[in-house]
Amino acid sequence: MKSLSINGKNFSIEAQNEMPLLWAIRDIIGLTGTKFGCGLSQCGACSVLINGNLMKSCSIPISYVEGKEIFTIEGSSKNLEFLREAWHQGNVPQCGFCQSGQLIAATALLDKIEKPTNEDIDNAMSGNICRCGTYTRIKKAIHKAVELKMNDND
Amino acid sequence: MTKIQNLSRRNFVKVFGLATGGIILGCNVSGDKKEFVPSSSDKNSFSPNLFVNINKNGKITLIASRSEMGQGIRTSLASAIADELEADWDYISVEQAVGHEKYGNQNTDGSRSVRTMLEPMRKMGATVKMMLISAASKRWGISSNECVAENHYIRNTKNNEKIFFGDLVEEASKVKIPDTENIKLKEIKDFKYIGKNLKSIDLKDFTNGTAIYGMDKKIPNMKFAAIARCPVTFGSVKSINKSDAKNIKGVDKIIQIDRLVPPTGKFFGMLGGVAVIANNTWAAFQGKLNLDIEWDLGDNKSYNTDSYNQKIKKRLQKNGKLVPGSRGNVATAFKESKDIIEATYHVPHLVHAPMEVPNATAWFKGDSCEVWAPVQDPQTVRSEIAHFFNLALENVTVNVTFLGGGFGRKSKSDFVVEAVALSKEINGPVQVVWTREDDIKHSFYHSTSTQYLKGSLDKEGQVSGWLHRAAFPSIVSSFKPLSDYASGFELGQGFINNPYQIENFRFENAKAEAYVRIGWMRSVIHIHSGFGINSFVDELAAKANKDPLEFHLELLGIDRVIQGKSEHPFNSKRLKNVLKIAAKKSGWGKKLPEGHGLGLAIHYSFYSYVATIVEVSAKNKKIKIENIWTAIDCGLVLNKDNVKNQLEGAAVFGMSIALFGKITAKDGAIEQGNFDDYLMTRMKDTPNIDITIIDNMETAPSGVGEPGVPVIAPAICNAIFSATGQRVRTLPLIDLGLI
Ligand code: FES
Ligand code: FES
Repeated sequence: MKSLSINGKNFSIEAQNEMPLLWAIRDIIGLTGTKFGCGLSQCGACSVLINGNLMKSCSIPISYVEGKEIFTIEGSSKNLEFLREAWHQGNVPQCGFCQSGQLIAATALLDKIEKPTNEDIDNAMSGNICRCGTYTRIKKAIHKAVELKMNDND
Repeated sequence: MTKIQNLSRRNFVKVFGLATGGIILGCNVSGDKKEFVPSSSDKNSFSPNLFVNINKNGKITLIASRSEMGQGIRTSLASAIADELEADWDYISVEQAVGHEKYGNQNTDGSRSVRTMLEPMRKMGATVKMMLISAASKRWGISSNECVAENHYIRNTKNNEKIFFGDLVEEASKVKIPDTENIKLKEIKDFKYIGKNLKSIDLKDFTNGTAIYGMDKKIPNMKFAAIARCPVTFGSVKSINKSDAKNIKGVDKIIQIDRLVPPTGKFFGMLGGVAVIANNTWAAFQGKLNLDIEWDLGDNKSYNTDSYNQKIKKRLQKNGKLVPGSRGNVATAFKESKDIIEATYHVPHLVHAPMEVPNATAWFKGDSCEVWAPVQDPQTVRSEIAHFFNLALENVTVNVTFLGGGFGRKSKSDFVVEAVALSKEINGPVQVVWTREDDIKHSFYHSTSTQYLKGSLDKEGQVSGWLHRAAFPSIVSSFKPLSDYASGFELGQGFINNPYQIENFRFENAKAEAYVRIGWMRSVIHIHSGFGINSFVDELAAKANKDPLEFHLELLGIDRVIQGKSEHPFNSKRLKNVLKIAAKKSGWGKKLPEGHGLGLAIHYSFYSYVATIVEVSAKNKKIKIENIWTAIDCGLVLNKDNVKNQLEGAAVFGMSIALFGKITAKDGAIEQGNFDDYLMTRMKDTPNIDITIIDNMETAPSGVGEPGVPVIAPAICNAIFSATGQRVRTLPLIDLGLI
């Protein structure tokens, strides 16, 4: 039995140490918002936050995350909600498949840099592939989320 | 004469799982026609395939019969109904139809969904509105002319009293349906949703992670399967040593499945191989890695793309098969010309690699079968399952999930057939998931092409002769083995319907055998024709010492309309117009920073007109794409922001082709396997993308999802020439060290 803490909830699961977190979340716990795209740390579809750090869940074994805080697209945080709103305003998704990972990567970015530049965004987001090609919208939406957040503060 | 029918009192409620007590209308749209086609008046044979339902809460549900794969079709179809109905957008929802012939042609490809369904959708909306008005006018005892529909209410124009749509549903469901000829559609200027910027109807599900794609389907006690397939196309299993795989925890069973060969002319079959059945996806993947299989590689093991390309290139030095559509006398033109240039262009095999890998969930229950899968063409899937597993068609249900991208890959049903075969074997539900390596190594590949062009210029620097020879393995080879020449429909994708006004024009097709499964990928053959033709016109312009923009416009000739067989005639003026507009946007002719260059390309496909200008910069022999300006004329636009999103995406997709796209085979096996060796455009590579949509609401709508792709690679390469003087005739750029 292993116990995982996801979005503040505890889950006890039966799985081997080496199983990548992605498959534990999707197949055993049943949270399917985190996606499989490559299984090789190449596409970012499986992005999650582990203790606040951006990680590719297809490539981390569950033994590594025991006792740590896991955050997925099913969760909610202040920055993620601003990003969601900005994503809606910018009508960002096409097929939508990569967008969970994009939003998680963008959350990690805003958690670290309050007002990222285009270059910060390029660096932070280039681990996430969008085959539909929504990159320009994602970039705009990240700036928009910052704007929404600032307006919210005053 | 056909009609929209009121199905409220038939058992459609049950069949389609809709709420009772509302109005359900159905109508029949057939095939590829954009018109609202009359069918026989025989009531019994009436088989509606489009449905709209309005219930007492005012909620309007549209059944979407086309698959959603990122092209925004659900939103577009809903907007057409909502507009005519004067509905409040918040009350609209869309349900995905299962694969059924009731829905007419459901194949989502060829950029045709909006083209064919706009009119019927609008008429359905208008019909519901007229019924609601008629019910309201009866209640108020006034004429229906004195009632108007506004934002989900009917208003009495005499006293401004209002009734909510939902409150009229009961009475309206009993009203006689207006005859088709009495259905009045809105004028374009009055559109509220059509042609405006609408947000995707599925936004929240996309950003909350709650949209259900194929792999997200879960059934209690469902098993997971991964399949090892022969590295060489159509090879088979010689022997299996199962022991290692069985030791993986969670692995249940190892099952060998044989190839299913499709009957000539239809279906896709499946490759066969060795399946690992497990309790979770990861165990299945691990089990597969631990299989020890000896393969009989079969006939395709000799395929080496390097030597194949050399062979085809050589072939193109000789005459090919003359294709109808040639005109004038090219030989004479060449003899009398001032200048002659020749060039050979090459595009490698490519693969769709949609973000969501092929996958399917199936439950075979003896005499029936249900599947859940991200498929573009559910009806073919359904027929194919019935065919291979000997089931009555009506006992096969195909549920279409969201598609995490399709690009043509998911119109092939091989992965669904695999799931059904395995479910039958294990007698329970199973989900087959391809690894990314499976996807890249066992696809229906975009064809590789080589093209030889020879052109002549007369004294005025005008093109006097054009000889074009192309060779590429045909898509038909996947349906009819030994189809070694391109088919007419493929050559009609930009080759023989070359848009330029050239007096002496000759097109030849040379033989090209297929050694892998060939399929269609977003924009299909237009990727080849667009690259060859635009690159060559740019070379001719340089030879003639003319500005490429002027040269293209001149070569497009006088304004002319070519009727052809289609209901969308080709109009050269529209092509010139998009080119002029894109050029203007890009500031064509302006002084550029050191090392920068502009390149252009135009292309007509899926009845739409597209021009793109690309700006690149060159530094230390490396190229950076700085800007892309695309202009499109696709006639009437349903959802502007969606068209923009599609065209932005097309630019990125086209960049992946130009910069990175290359699938190679060695000894019959595909050499690439994942995103580390089949690279994709990423955010850091993506430039500013500026899209202009021509306002042409009076013209029938044409394709949007694909036409933006073919222009990108040639515009990039022409820009590289302008920046550096280097001609790129072989893709991708990364192979030339330019990226
Ligand atoms: S699935 Fe983990 S990075 Fe692609
Ligand atoms: S929206 Fe389709 S992959 Fe990003």
